[in-house]
Amino acid sequence: MTRLKVLAPPVVVGIAALLLWQIVVVAGRIATFVLPSPTAIAAAFGTVATDVVQAAIATGTTALIGLVAGSLAGIVAAILAARFRLLDEVLSPLSAAANAMPIIALAPVFNAMFGSTSPVPRRLVVAVAVFFPLFVNTARGLRRIDPVHAELMSSLAVSGWALTRYVRLPTALPFVFTGLRLASSLAVIAAVVAEYFGGRQDGLGSRITSAASATAYPRAWSYVLGAVALGLVFYLAALMLERLFSPTTRRSR
Amino acid sequence: MTELLATARASADAPVPGRPAGRLVTGLRRTGMALIGVVVLLVVWELYRAFGPVAGVEIGGQRVLPRADPRSMPGVLEVLRTLTQQEVQVQGSRTVAEAVLASSWGTLRMAVGGWLLGGLVGIALAVAMQRFRLVERGLLPYVVLSQTVPVIAIAPLVAGWGGRLQLTPTLAWQPWMSVVVISAYLAFCPVALGMLRGLHATTDISRELFTSFAATQRQTLIRLRVPASLPFLVPALRLAAAQAVVGAIVAEISTGTRGGIGRLILEYAQQATSAPGRLYAAILGAALLGLLASALVSLLDVLVLRRGGQR
Amino acid sequence: MTPAVRIENLDMRFSTDRGEVHALSGIDLSIEPGAFVSLIGPSGCGKSTLLRCIGNLATPTSGRVQVGGRTAHEARLAHHYGIAFQQAGLLEWRSVQRNVELPLELHGVGKRERAERAAHLLELVGLADFARMRPSELSGGMQQRVAIARSLAEEPPLLLMDEPFGALDEMTRERMQAELLAIRERTGTTVVFVTHSIAEAVFLSTQVVVMSARPGRIVRIVDVDLPSRDEDAREHPQFFAGITAVREALRGRTSAALHGDDR
Repeated sequence: MTRLKVLAPPVVVGIAALLLWQIVVVAGRIATFVLPSPTAIAAAFGTVATDVVQAAIATGTTALIGLVAGSLAGIVAAILAARFRLLDEVLSPLSAAANAMPIIALAPVFNAMFGSTSPVPRRLVVAVAVFFPLFVNTARGLRRIDPVHAELMSSLAVSGWALTRYVRLPTALPFVFTGLRLASSLAVIAAVVAEYFGGRQDGLGSRITSAASATAYPRAWSYVLGAVALGLVFYLAALMLERLFSPTTRRSR
Repeated sequence: MTELLATARASADAPVPGRPAGRLVTGLRRTGMALIGVVVLLVVWELYRAFGPVAGVEIGGQRVLPRADPRSMPGVLEVLRTLTQQEVQVQGSRTVAEAVLASSWGTLRMAVGGWLLGGLVGIALAVAMQRFRLVERGLLPYVVLSQTVPVIAIAPLVAGWGGRLQLTPTLAWQPWMSVVVISAYLAFCPVALGMLRGLHATTDISRELFTSFAATQRQTLIRLRVPASLPFLVPALRLAAAQAVVGAIVAEISTGTRGGIGRLILEYAQQATSAPGRLYAAILGAALLGLLASALVSLLDVLVLRRGGQR
Repeated sequence: MTPAVRIENLDMRFSTDRGEVHALSGIDLSIEPGAFVSLIGPSGCGKSTLLRCIGNLATPTSGRVQVGGRTAHEARLAHHYGIAFQQAGLLEWRSVQRNVELPLELHGVGKRERAERAAHLLELVGLADFARMRPSELSGGMQQRVAIARSLAEEPPLLLMDEPFGALDEMTRERMQAELLAIRERTGTTVVFVTHSIAEAVFLSTQVVVMSARPGRIVRIVDVDLPSRDEDAREHPQFFAGITAVREALRGRTSAALHGDDR
């Protein structure tokens, strides 16, 4: 019963919004360049469905590779930073600063460095964008050490690496997956937006732009729908992983 | 888009306690260490340029490491030198530095607009969601989803409105309005989530106290929840500022709005083969812009919010 | 005379994830104006819940609560009581003085009058010099004193207190007890006081209501009659008698030779 209680309001809102959208566009005779109706988009989607899927796969691959690379780098950096204080002192303020910067602006730089026909620039942009949330969250988890455990390890006269392995890493695992969840949709967004800066044009971003410039707006929105779905897939996958590895998700009121 | 829901958790370790002098020292130390990190990166850059393979490193047909030639990777000094170059070989045209500054200012203005709009919407949403549980249950998933999905992909479509939509008989939709709207779209979510978290961050005791005073909902909101939410709102506003800058830059590119740093980056990217250093100069400008936006929010926090006796 | 608090056949149940909890059962209690009544009992016996029912911060499943002749709800809306909890619950962003002024501010009292009243109350609790400071700059005991001053802001006829000295050390606690009695001497307020310290209950109260373990029932009401309520009181034989009576009641035994009201 509680599950229904939780799901009902957003579902109701979603359906109501769709209905309202349809009515407003049709009754108000709103031009397609402003906002196509849901039915028009659905119709257009039908015609380009296969291409949407293909483009989604291309963007998804970019996002996935970048996500994996960036996450690994971020986790490793966090582990090293937890072990070597100096590294932490340099990386933490750097990542706080990087948080404030538009990572996406690096896309043209990478295009110049690696050549614009290479898939590497977009993947690298995603990796850089993903690195920071993973680093910060993993570092936070690694830092969260119970003084009792630290004292225990100390009394057993174990090395710094043993402390990291037996205590810090297990504590940090839920944080890693939280970071992964936050980074998952970020990866998709970065992959889509990276295409705006040139380079390979085989993903969803370029399809949206070309459909928009051909004023085929319902078709453009179909690709947007594909991007939305892709983002959701990534987010849900990461959410499931998070739930799997940390069954007690902290809920705060 | 980073750390949306961790905003408030971040704020738990963000406000630094202690005397102002102690905080200043910590801040300076952190800045110093960050600068050292930047210097290290630059040194690695130059070393790679000097000793790296000219053709780059390829693994399985993919170039994994970049080409170490001057066109692909300009040197630090060269980038600095481009700042003084004239943009175009025409008498009296501005230097690259001036172009970067002027464009940054243009983007900043739009980003501030987006931040304000997004901030107001976010706060209003948060207040409504806190007040009415049903509203929270119905809307919160969509607020989170709005950023979880790359709706920035609709930027070209919002751009389509530019110049074609008539708001009032005398006022048409301006291109910069699209930028502000998209910028606000990225900014509103962290504010909504952070503010909501903050409004809920009251202790049971304080809430019981206010009930015992027979305080109205409005009184409880203004006197208890809002002051309690400030430690959460400020980091959220800081994140929103950075997001607003990103949104403005991407929006400029897709709407083709002139006068912003996004547009400039695109222009210089096209000149990358003839004048590679300029691109880096423009990106540096964009990076500093993001930092500036965050710093401005912190300044606002210190000057306005803390002064009024809060915290 | 209308009782300050009158509870009739109060029952309290609530459902949790682990099933239904029967917190309070068949509570009948009548408190005279000017009395100092302590509620004492084992952990989980519902004494805090009972206090909250009186303050209309919780609603009983059945039964009646009347405060000053009105329903608990009406009494709360009429600002009939002041309350103090185990945590002082001061608002960190307000100065000490503005914390004391809070109820007055919420109820539309003018600025000057508020300031005067707050100053008077801070004087009463001995914290006049700390008016402009922040709660974080005060010790636990001092914060609790501010909370008490705040609870008296509107000169309420009734004071509800939920283990207000529980988080303090022994010496501060005894000092606060003396101060509370002194304040009460001057204001004549009725007090309902939750505690789990037998000595504290006996020292402060005119009646000690002893409750059973969950579901909370009133086991016994022990009348306490001490000749004086100062440092010497704790050495008085009637003090020890009171403690013994309360302790026995808590254990489930009653003694005919002691003062007491078998209910």
